[in-house]
Amino acid sequence: MVATNRIEVKKTYKLFINGAFPRSESGRVFEVHSKKGEFIANPCLASRKDLRDSVTAARAAQHGWAKATAYNRGQILYRIAEMLEGRAEQCAAEISTTTAITPLKAQSMVSEAIDRWVWYAGWSDKLSAVTGATNPVAGPYYNFTIPEPLGVVVVTASDSFIDFIDAIAAAVVSGNSVIALVDGGLSVPAMTFAEVLATSDLPAGVINILTGSLDELAPWAASHMDVDGFDISAISKKKRAELKVAGAENLKRIYIADGKLTPSRILAFMEQKTVWHTIGV
Amino acid sequence: MTFEYAPALEPRAIVTIKPKYGHFINGSFVSGKRHFPTINPATEEILSHLSLGSASDIDKAVAAAQKAYTKTWSKLSGKERGKYLYRIARILQERAREFAVLETLDNGKPIRETRDIDIPLVAAHFFYHAGWADKLDYAGLGHSPQPYGVAGQIIPWNFPLLMLAWKVAPALATGNTVVLKPAETTSLTALLFAEVCQQAELPDGVVNIVTGDGSTGATLVNHPGVHKIAFTGSTEVGKKIARAIAATDKKATLELGGKGANIVFDDAPVDEAVEGIVNGIFFNQGHVCCAGSRLILQESIAEEIIEKLKVRMAKIRVGDPLDKNTDLGAINSREQLTKIQELAAIGDAEGAQRWSPQCNLSDKGYWFAPTIFTGVTQAHRIAQEEIFGPVLSVLTFRTPQEGIDKANNTPFGLSAGIWSEKGSRTLWASQQLRAGVIWANTFNKFDPTSPFGGYKESGWGREGGKHGLAAYLKTGRESGGK
Amino acid sequence: MSFYGLVDGSEKSLLNFLNQLSGVDQVGAESRAAMLATRSIKTTSKRWAIDTAISMVDLTTLEGADTPGKVKALCSKAVRPDPTDSTVPSVGAICVYNDMVSIARTHLDSIGGEKVPVAAVSTAFPSGRASMDVKIRDTQDAIDAGAAEIDMVIDRGAFLSGKLGLVFDEIVKIRQVCGEKAHLKVIFETGELVTYDNVRKASYLAMLAGADFIKTSTGKVAPAATPPVVLVMLEAVRDFYSLTGRRIGVKPAGGIRTTKDAIKQLVLVNETAGPEWLTPELFRIGASALLNDLLMQRMKMDDGYYASPNYVTID
Repeated sequence: MVATNRIEVKKTYKLFINGAFPRSESGRVFEVHSKKGEFIANPCLASRKDLRDSVTAARAAQHGWAKATAYNRGQILYRIAEMLEGRAEQCAAEISTTTAITPLKAQSMVSEAIDRWVWYAGWSDKLSAVTGATNPVAGPYYNFTIPEPLGVVVVTASDSFIDFIDAIAAAVVSGNSVIALVDGGLSVPAMTFAEVLATSDLPAGVINILTGSLDELAPWAASHMDVDGFDISAISKKKRAELKVAGAENLKRIYIADGKLTPSRILAFMEQKTVWHTIGV
Repeated sequence: MTFEYAPALEPRAIVTIKPKYGHFINGSFVSGKRHFPTINPATEEILSHLSLGSASDIDKAVAAAQKAYTKTWSKLSGKERGKYLYRIARILQERAREFAVLETLDNGKPIRETRDIDIPLVAAHFFYHAGWADKLDYAGLGHSPQPYGVAGQIIPWNFPLLMLAWKVAPALATGNTVVLKPAETTSLTALLFAEVCQQAELPDGVVNIVTGDGSTGATLVNHPGVHKIAFTGSTEVGKKIARAIAATDKKATLELGGKGANIVFDDAPVDEAVEGIVNGIFFNQGHVCCAGSRLILQESIAEEIIEKLKVRMAKIRVGDPLDKNTDLGAINSREQLTKIQELAAIGDAEGAQRWSPQCNLSDKGYWFAPTIFTGVTQAHRIAQEEIFGPVLSVLTFRTPQEGIDKANNTPFGLSAGIWSEKGSRTLWASQQLRAGVIWANTFNKFDPTSPFGGYKESGWGREGGKHGLAAYLKTGRESGGK
Repeated sequence: MSFYGLVDGSEKSLLNFLNQLSGVDQVGAESRAAMLATRSIKTTSKRWAIDTAISMVDLTTLEGADTPGKVKALCSKAVRPDPTDSTVPSVGAICVYNDMVSIARTHLDSIGGEKVPVAAVSTAFPSGRASMDVKIRDTQDAIDAGAAEIDMVIDRGAFLSGKLGLVFDEIVKIRQVCGEKAHLKVIFETGELVTYDNVRKASYLAMLAGADFIKTSTGKVAPAATPPVVLVMLEAVRDFYSLTGRRIGVKPAGGIRTTKDAIKQLVLVNETAGPEWLTPELFRIGASALLNDLLMQRMKMDDGYYASPNYVTID
């Protein structure tokens, strides 16, 4: 039994980039407090350079992740659910400490988040069957359309742990690599979730998590020319237009979730490729 | 005597061009205040004068489209909507030759192409989408997917009527009404299409056509009564549209530029590859967003292919677009000709080797001989920028991966071609290429059932096929506003 | 023999050569041929094409019911296709079975048709199913009877079972029999070879073995001289010329019945092998009914109204 007067060993919150847990290159942190005002942690306040490094890592990882079989990606996503189950209590405690959410509600949120991973995991090998097509063109050609991942997708999350999970899972299941930008108190459970990812057989760089300020990082993500998709669901309405203007420079696919759990969110970050081939002897 | 083909001109008497045209708003032609000439680019003859769409013209057209949406079109069942589209398809087939001749006069493209490709595909596009109108529940977009309302559509000059069909047919099939702005230099077939709408007794205001220039298009994009933008044109304008709608909840599909790679592996069917290269870049004078404008040859067969390509290019018949034997017609406008000339001059200046067959080009009209540049590298501007003319840049590669890497080394991602007789290699390459349309052992093929659209800066969304329907229905996955 | 220095006569070297030929994509070849079929040949160029086509016709009768009378009538037609119009050129050749060769030769010579050659179908035409000895004697017999052109068939069974060396050797032997006396046309029966890849391989095989012409078909099997088959063969002779400097002729035969069909063939020649091939020395059309249609079209061009079969002779 643990002695009651034992000094707890507290966690240092870092970023999750390329499968590792570096501190922000800026050396900056921000304080997270409990709803009662107690100090909880000093998560990193990620900088635009951390974002840049994450994009580099994500780009390097994306090809291999997309090339992995859909079965393999599905199993890894399912593994994330398994690992999160083991951290459920910790995540729930962090959610309820850093937000107004009750412990009971936090537990059910984490349970739902685990189930979401299971739901998304199952999509990996069904997307092309459900959204692809063979097209009966009027000529001697075999013609088919298949969905492919977009590439590097940045997603945003600010309050809800489930929204955070949805944003990442929807983008990653199809073979995109992801950089999640997390704001405020959500940074604490988000970095615990990063530890889940680190033990889920997920290749380094496929999911990267940056904590800090959406207001600071989102414009850099929007204008980054090597980012292909941007989920701005967690960005306040009045700030979206400027991100879309910046994103137009490389015609980023910019997406805002409508709150429904549908594969639309997955497809928002996929391209449809159509292949023609002659048929002859 | 050698086998010279005597001129075989398609009679132009089949078309009647009015001296002046208005807009088509709410089912009738309404004259604009100001007019501008539209010419035949093969002769520089003024064909007619078109109305220059003003803000008030756009207002009227959008109001007509909104009224038609609310009062008639949204109340019709899919089945009835579909029957209108079938009617349009049939009338287009009946008047196909008239449309082909008019398109050739107005655009400068050869009659062989308008007659055998453009206009048949136009009719096919309406026929295909007609059938979707009452089957949208089965399109994989959820139960009873809903239209946006008024679609503002802006189309380019390279395939004037075909691009109209790509826009109008799916919009109407899915229950939207339309305000369409044709390209400034090629509006005549759109205005003839307005007559088809009248003959088909399409309810007033379901299709509205406002002619004009870029300012007319911008007014349409920015009009608050437009719920959906569909644009085909340059990447530059596409980005402007994306910015223009950023603060609105308008959705957009954008079909933009390209710098398509045509990759020829050493096991290619050589003669068909040469045909495919020619078709890839010289089809429609190279005024094709998905043109195979970068030829990427495996080094071991580069010499053979280039030699055969030159022999084949010498057979390309450049001349009067109304001649049934013409393969390469006129460049659509002086402006475009200047752009092609400038980029070709840059190719010279950058040290690439230019070659064209001997061509007798007419003094009148806008012409550019079929041209290839060899010795091009990725660093050349003619390997990066869209020329949108009959100019091919030839690059080489040593290993398959190098070929793919070069093909993908562009901000565009519209099309690519693969030439190989090895199935596994073709499938591998088709997976590696970052482009929305991949043609294997063929090029520049189009079909209403086949989705078309680009990766990366080549645009947003797809047109055609099941996937194209999503452009005009609320599916929750579109790029654009809100 | 040197075989152009490209093969040494062994099956191995032949296979090495044929295996490095590029494949033919069926869809691409057919769409190119279909595109060329849309060429619209009018007025002066049509008139030129009709006369050129007439001069290229190998006027053919290959029936069990052939008689000396029938053959003589055909010879008369060959020399003066339109008895009322001396500006109509003679045809390229008369093509008959062996036993009719001397009849045809004698008759042609007697009516001023000395320049019209007689072609004989040989090597157990049309099936090719006979011993090599019989094929050699068949050929020798035709040459002895006055044939200046030998239209031999290849052994399609051997070709399809991969015995390309055998097919090659047969052509080489028949070539030797022909010597300087007769031109050799090698018939593939493309309707039995089926694929364009096979047509290309057969073309090179025959050219290497010494063919003067490569010919599509016997006329007994359909499909015969389809435009894409001829396209592939024209590509072969074009490329063989750039390889060796020698121009080999092409003869489509079978299924070419109308002026339109014939003009399509000439367009194929013009835009594939090139205008150098637009001569009876390098392009022939094996046909019978075609000639009358060419004559009727010619009359229409001269008179300005549509002709009737009553005004062309039916031989």
